[in-house]
Amino acid sequence: MNEGLRSELSKQGIFTTTLGDLYNWGRKNSVWPLQFGLACCAIEMIATTMARYDLARFGAEVFRPSPRQADLMIVAGTVTKKMAPQVVRLYNQMPEPKYVIAMGACAISGGPFKQGYNVLKGIDRFIPVDVHIPGCPPRPEALIHAFMTLQKKIETQQLTGVNRPRHLDAEAPSEFPVPKFGGHDLEPPNNPAVWHAPKLVREP
Amino acid sequence: MFMETAIDTPESKYEILPKTLSNGEMDGELLEVAMGPQHPSTHGVFRMDVVLDGEKVVKLKPVFGYLHRNHEKIAENTTYLASMPYTDRLDYLCSMTNNWAYALSVEKLAGLQPPERAEYIRIITGELTRLVNHTCLVGFLLQDMGALGTPLMYAFREREMILDLFESLSGSRMMCNYMRFGGCRVDLPAGWLEQAKRAVDSYSGFLDEFEKLLTENEILVARTQGIGVLPPDLAVNASITGPMLRASGVNYDIRKVDKYGIYDRFEFRVPLGDHGDVYDRYMIRLLEMRESVKILNQALRDIPAGPIVDPKAKLRGFRPKVGEAYGRIEGPKGELGFYLISDGTPNPYRYRVRPPSLINLTVLEDMCLGQDVADVVIILGSVDIVLGEVDR
Amino acid sequence: MVMETLEQIKARIENAISGAKPEIIPNESPSAQRSLLLDPAHAVEVAKFLRDDSQLRLDYCSNVTGVDWLDLIIKEKVKVKKVVEGVEKEVEEPVERKRPGYLEAVYHLYSMALKHGPLIIRLRTENRADKNHVPSLTPVWRGAEFQEREIYDLYGIIFDGHPDLRRILMWEGFADHPMRKDYVEPDDYEYEPTPHDEVLEKTKQHHSPEPKP
Ligand code: SF4
Repeated sequence: MNEGLRSELSKQGIFTTTLGDLYNWGRKNSVWPLQFGLACCAIEMIATTMARYDLARFGAEVFRPSPRQADLMIVAGTVTKKMAPQVVRLYNQMPEPKYVIAMGACAISGGPFKQGYNVLKGIDRFIPVDVHIPGCPPRPEALIHAFMTLQKKIETQQLTGVNRPRHLDAEAPSEFPVPKFGGHDLEPPNNPAVWHAPKLVREP
Repeated sequence: MFMETAIDTPESKYEILPKTLSNGEMDGELLEVAMGPQHPSTHGVFRMDVVLDGEKVVKLKPVFGYLHRNHEKIAENTTYLASMPYTDRLDYLCSMTNNWAYALSVEKLAGLQPPERAEYIRIITGELTRLVNHTCLVGFLLQDMGALGTPLMYAFREREMILDLFESLSGSRMMCNYMRFGGCRVDLPAGWLEQAKRAVDSYSGFLDEFEKLLTENEILVARTQGIGVLPPDLAVNASITGPMLRASGVNYDIRKVDKYGIYDRFEFRVPLGDHGDVYDRYMIRLLEMRESVKILNQALRDIPAGPIVDPKAKLRGFRPKVGEAYGRIEGPKGELGFYLISDGTPNPYRYRVRPPSLINLTVLEDMCLGQDVADVVIILGSVDIVLGEVDR
Repeated sequence: MVMETLEQIKARIENAISGAKPEIIPNESPSAQRSLLLDPAHAVEVAKFLRDDSQLRLDYCSNVTGVDWLDLIIKEKVKVKKVVEGVEKEVEEPVERKRPGYLEAVYHLYSMALKHGPLIIRLRTENRADKNHVPSLTPVWRGAEFQEREIYDLYGIIFDGHPDLRRILMWEGFADHPMRKDYVEPDDYEYEPTPHDEVLEKTKQHHSPEPKP
């Protein structure tokens, strides 16, 4: 159905949609995040749900304490190497469809603590990330922006075809290997199926 | 007022239950529960391995390190000043007091003296931070008790007022990075004092409202009185500091003992509890907030004009003499200290944070033994920890 | 209340505990916080004395810090008599002395009862490798419990007599002591958009740079 016909029909009081749109519309307005804070950014995440910023306007105020009931993991804070296996395990326990927001410089790359021996240099080394928000900590508005970005992403997902979301693709993995504690570092230090070292393009 | 409340102290429970299981094994009757690192009530990534006999706790071991961000190592590889923003991220609710403690230690190490106005600004921001911290603590404590939402909403509403002040002063809501060695970074913007006065004035009203809602609430009283009792001699021996120590009745407030900064000019009292239970710890926070409001009123009234940085302080090429210094302040959570060893280079040779949150957890097991598992959550909540500081 | 001077405390310790030889470590910086070095054999006894003595009552152990001192080559000039061109003269000659490295635990003590302090005491291990034992002061001040565990974890000092000496911050099975000055971090490839200095050197090992167009 083309746009013109649709708008014509809506003028007559007839509302038309596709199943895919309806499905995505429902999903995007009831994203339930996992109640899970790691560090300083978590405080801003809490502030986002409180009176002034009120994340409930976007249908996401229901923070679930259990990963089994959550759709969205907001990695809010520094992921240490000691914590990384737990984060991956929590992610594995979430049912599909699931999304990840990496909130703050630490979750993206290690941030200010990048030189630390116990700091994971970005959670995207182990699990796929949908939205990155820079900032240290990102303001609540930034988290809301990330949230709206995620909603847009959900809204435009095609339910069929090669680009269909992971949960509709039987082949795509839903769980990712959990790293083990080694003598000096995590083993493996990253998951090559998810993460590749960026190329150094600059002439050294 | 709360001194008169009669409490039957569960002292006997300490005696009956063994601190560790005699053979170190499970006998099938006991239940082992790992609370954390992802648990809604642990305020971050803290973990407790609890052994339960029915509902009662017979053993509890805290497990740390899930937020060990190597703050000290990073600080030893960088200059003194570059560590200042990292101190914000130690106890991320109270960046101003962290800045202050670090600046104070470096001032001791290098022999700097902040000017009068800077001292006043430090007191004002420090006490505002105490308000933020205690308000959030009470909100979180009530949240842990099952009052989902409302008290925390109230607390964060008031927190936003103070964060607005911090933001207009330093440019950032949480990570202020405001103090410098020998003073402060920028002077107060125009109209800031008036705005602060308004915020402080409205705070007493907020506290009244809070107390009306909570202090005599039957559920709160039933859940907290007589729970998690900490005897004063154990508190002293285990180096407990801050409101938790004073709730056990030990009069030790570094603002009064060391009189660092210009605290000797202000009139305020040190509230003390006399049962050392969760209720006293809750009440102490409320009373301390009232004292902070008093200090703020005096400081906002008396603040003089003048420079805000010691002229001797150097930003570039800062190399303190060989030596060491330990400086400490009464942070909202307890004694926050920084121990610095200088070897004459621009980087500290040793940089150590004395984390009140970590050390206050020493007695967590003692307080929880013999209590119900549901009380563990509020006992932990009443200790007031922030994981950034526990693990650093 | 003002505490006695360090010299007085030292003399009283020597009186009270035979064989204890506390040594005063100077501090040149403006803070002027000097400290007492205790010998490990008598440390617990001295600590008990400091805690229980009625004039000191240092009942509160605020802070415990580990410090790593590497082997150090101290260069000094020593005056020696030498025969130069037939005449005996006093000449300054550079001498190199090697000070073996050691690990150190520093305790900051205060008194909550008498409201004074700090008294700083230090314990040193013999070396950084195998003789890394010092007595634990946790039986005297329980507040040292987690801090001594932390030092064990990050520096590898073994505290004899500690009730529960396990790793606290790093995971069990971690091999190194990361706060030591000679610790080498795992190379987990620090990518930076504009690498420079050490980071560039590190980055180069992961890539052969792309050829210039
Ligand atoms: S990005 Fe900044 S605010 Fe967020 S967790 Fe990291 S250090 Fe804390």
